[in-house]
Amino acid sequence: MNTPSSFQTDALIAEDIDAYLHQHQHKSLLRFITCGSVDDGKSTLIGRLLYDSKMIFEDQLAALESDSAKHGTQGQEIDFALLVDGLAAEREQGITIDVAYRFFTTEKRKFIVADTPGHEQYTRNMVTGASTADLAVILIDARKGVLQQTRRHSWLVHLIGIRHVVLAVNKMDLVGYDQATFDAIVSDYRAFAEGIGITDFTAIPISGFKGDNITALSANTPWYAGPALIEHLESVDVDNAAEQAQPFRMPVQWVNRPNLDFRGFAGLIASGTVRVGDPVRIVPSGKTSTVKSITTFDGDLDEAVAGQSVTISLADEVDCSRGDVIAAAGDPPQASDQFCATFVWMDEEALKPGRGYWLKLGTQTVTATIQPPKYEIDVNSREHLAARTLGLNSIGVAEFATDRPITFEPYETNRQLGGFILIDKYTNATVAAGMIAFSLRRAENVHWQPVSITREDHAGMKNQTPRVLWFTGLSGSGKSTIANEVEKQLFLMNRHTFLLDGDNVRHGLNRDLGFTEADRIENIRRVGEVAKLMADAGLIVLTAFISPFRAERQMVRDMLPEGEFVEIFVDTPLEVAEGRDVKGLYRKAREGKLKNFTGIDSPYEPPENPEIRVNTVDMTPEEAARYIIDRILPLK
Amino acid sequence: MRNLTHLERLEAESIHIFREVVAEAENPVMLYSVGKDSSVMLHLARKAFYPAPPPFPMLHVASGWDFHDLLVHRDRTVREYGLKLIIAQNEDAEAQGINPFDTGSALYSQAQLTDPLKRALTAHGFDAAFGGGRRDEEKARAKERIFSFRTAAHRWDPKNQRPELWNLYNAKKAKGESIRVFPLSNWTELDIWQYIALENIDIVPLYFAKPRPTVERDGMILVVDDERFRLEAGEEPVTRSVRFRTLGCYPLTGATVSEATEMSHIIQEMLLATSSERQGRAIDKGQSASMEDKKQEGYF
Repeated sequence: MNTPSSFQTDALIAEDIDAYLHQHQHKSLLRFITCGSVDDGKSTLIGRLLYDSKMIFEDQLAALESDSAKHGTQGQEIDFALLVDGLAAEREQGITIDVAYRFFTTEKRKFIVADTPGHEQYTRNMVTGASTADLAVILIDARKGVLQQTRRHSWLVHLIGIRHVVLAVNKMDLVGYDQATFDAIVSDYRAFAEGIGITDFTAIPISGFKGDNITALSANTPWYAGPALIEHLESVDVDNAAEQAQPFRMPVQWVNRPNLDFRGFAGLIASGTVRVGDPVRIVPSGKTSTVKSITTFDGDLDEAVAGQSVTISLADEVDCSRGDVIAAAGDPPQASDQFCATFVWMDEEALKPGRGYWLKLGTQTVTATIQPPKYEIDVNSREHLAARTLGLNSIGVAEFATDRPITFEPYETNRQLGGFILIDKYTNATVAAGMIAFSLRRAENVHWQPVSITREDHAGMKNQTPRVLWFTGLSGSGKSTIANEVEKQLFLMNRHTFLLDGDNVRHGLNRDLGFTEADRIENIRRVGEVAKLMADAGLIVLTAFISPFRAERQMVRDMLPEGEFVEIFVDTPLEVAEGRDVKGLYRKAREGKLKNFTGIDSPYEPPENPEIRVNTVDMTPEEAARYIIDRILPLK
Repeated sequence: MRNLTHLERLEAESIHIFREVVAEAENPVMLYSVGKDSSVMLHLARKAFYPAPPPFPMLHVASGWDFHDLLVHRDRTVREYGLKLIIAQNEDAEAQGINPFDTGSALYSQAQLTDPLKRALTAHGFDAAFGGGRRDEEKARAKERIFSFRTAAHRWDPKNQRPELWNLYNAKKAKGESIRVFPLSNWTELDIWQYIALENIDIVPLYFAKPRPTVERDGMILVVDDERFRLEAGEEPVTRSVRFRTLGCYPLTGATVSEATEMSHIIQEMLLATSSERQGRAIDKGQSASMEDKKQEGYF
């Protein structure tokens, strides 16, 4: 027997629109993702859901019919997949290549479907689509059973923390609606799912193409007693209760200060419930206050819950700005500058351990550096593989360090405060998505020792302004010679200086580092940290390193107070530097005896806007030094 | 425990998007077309920053062939809510001989809508622009991000979009680049109408049926909105009770015959309708990927 479909009923719309509207104003929202391999019939299933829910109008249907004749793969029948295959380029190829979002509605729920492709190389898209989903529909072709891709998708779904899994065994029409086939697939899948930690799933035999068990139970599968797909999607618990039962957290997005009488903190509540009068704590500062009011356009509220966007005013004038988290006073989240996370690499250019990336978590944006991965996880076997970096679509686990403490929770506990993205500082591309596993204890235990003698005191004692004069340029460009000359002249002016160069750093502090890209990045990071400490001590620090990458020079700049970092580009063309070849290194590099040599087989990224540029073709080292000093004085 | 409805979820998401942009962009603007989606977007913007007013101006790209009622509504709304309005318009259209009757739809939309929009964005140095686009409108939109990047020349590259995870939006951009932001990405036409009804949002009266002077041409019912409407030989305006599902330039926007003068009846008609809302727009016709092509050119 068919169960009644709960798609919108035209009769009610026609007869009593007000009753219909009332009913639909109280619908909930479910976001789900469909995963399957290229030929599992995913697009067809989504097209079917849109079609059955009357989200397709006649003009679209007419276009679909003409498209079906032109591009379709279903002969004379309507190819539902064409409804959802969006961009022209991919329509030509007959495959979807990105994440697309679709919408349909029933009497009980509005649905947002993330449609993601199933090819091997598109882990990135699946993770993206899954990040906002409450449920995953994993499609299996009944003729093929559980495949490598099925296992991969299931593991990713589990990794992203989706708790509701539907196993849709599709194309049942092509196996004669055979129960034994279905049962074998389900039992096969169960054995696998339990092994990776998926404890519960709902298996449904369907045909997206014919419509069996989609909106109503099909007469073709009398042996199946579970719910039709839609019925199940309508009844799955959307976790409001679990979300609201957690301790209160709201990342502050924006401080609303329209006049002197109002100061509100605007944000989307990430978890829990907040009431007027509740004691709260601002993290990371740890300051406490109580909630004075919860302001919205529709009037003040007594209470607000996870998922609502509100504006909170506090009883006390406490420091609080974008990036802070307002939390339950008695149960605040942790703040740390070191943590361990699982992350998915999403960019063509591989991870560079040691390089600074923007890390955005909640409303916080900080600089993060990543250690070489502890291991990479094979998406198919889930084996741990040794890795020095991560490339596009790989998943790994590594330790992260941020330039200041950030407030977070393990992803398992709180998706909003545990998920982050990494952004390349130069291309601005989103290069990775991460999920925090745990804070590293050593970060929690290292507290800043408050010092009574400040950096201003140190500098004042020396009667000078600290600076880091950062010389960058090709090998043989004249960095060390000019830096040495600058230091001599400053010394004569009674300035307290120190010169860091390859000789006094590579032999001691950095003798464990080689010349690979990762080691060169780490070399510069350490030099930057040492330069910073010396500047804190009030010194004028000169550094002479090739420092070929913009990102690392920027990282050092970001460590120092505004204006203290002076980038000096020793601009010597490659042919001139190579012609000088003081140390004979270019010759060796050209002969292939020296690998990763800047300018030969490793790139040099010239500064875009250096504070000072010196041309060593037209100037002697003494002239260049004078030129630099003229530009940095008075330094008092 | 309180269960949030789908409209409450959508509202909270849109408000979150508005605030992220204002916190991260230097000079945002809202594209205000005065239509129903813009009206919902404005309502959400007012909610996002309440009790402060929206901290950005409204930009209306006027083609010069806008419905009279729409302009009246625009000016009244701006006055009532104390908004700052910027009007972008191709002042040279007449000299260039561009008008909706003689000019082909591609050139017309380029000259009257896309180009003035791009010029205004560049002239004011806006680095983020809110648009009312929804993913359910068109296939090309379904894959667009909520934060959608434009090169310095305002072009969209559908093959090179940033992945969007959770509710974390990457708003970093290079100098000269800008972002188009779509706070209504996850709303459907039905959501928009339900929300307008629920929140009592004031919309242009053109959405409600009223006897209007009309002519029928190429299967579309056009309203003779002012004396510039060029009647063809033998054409005589006929009074029909009509309304609009979508508002563009009046000589290019088809009306539907309707008696619906109340919100609930408009929604009723929409739900029972058999054609999609963009069908009333001459601009979208042509090959089926045409919206994608226009978007690459810088159209919203």
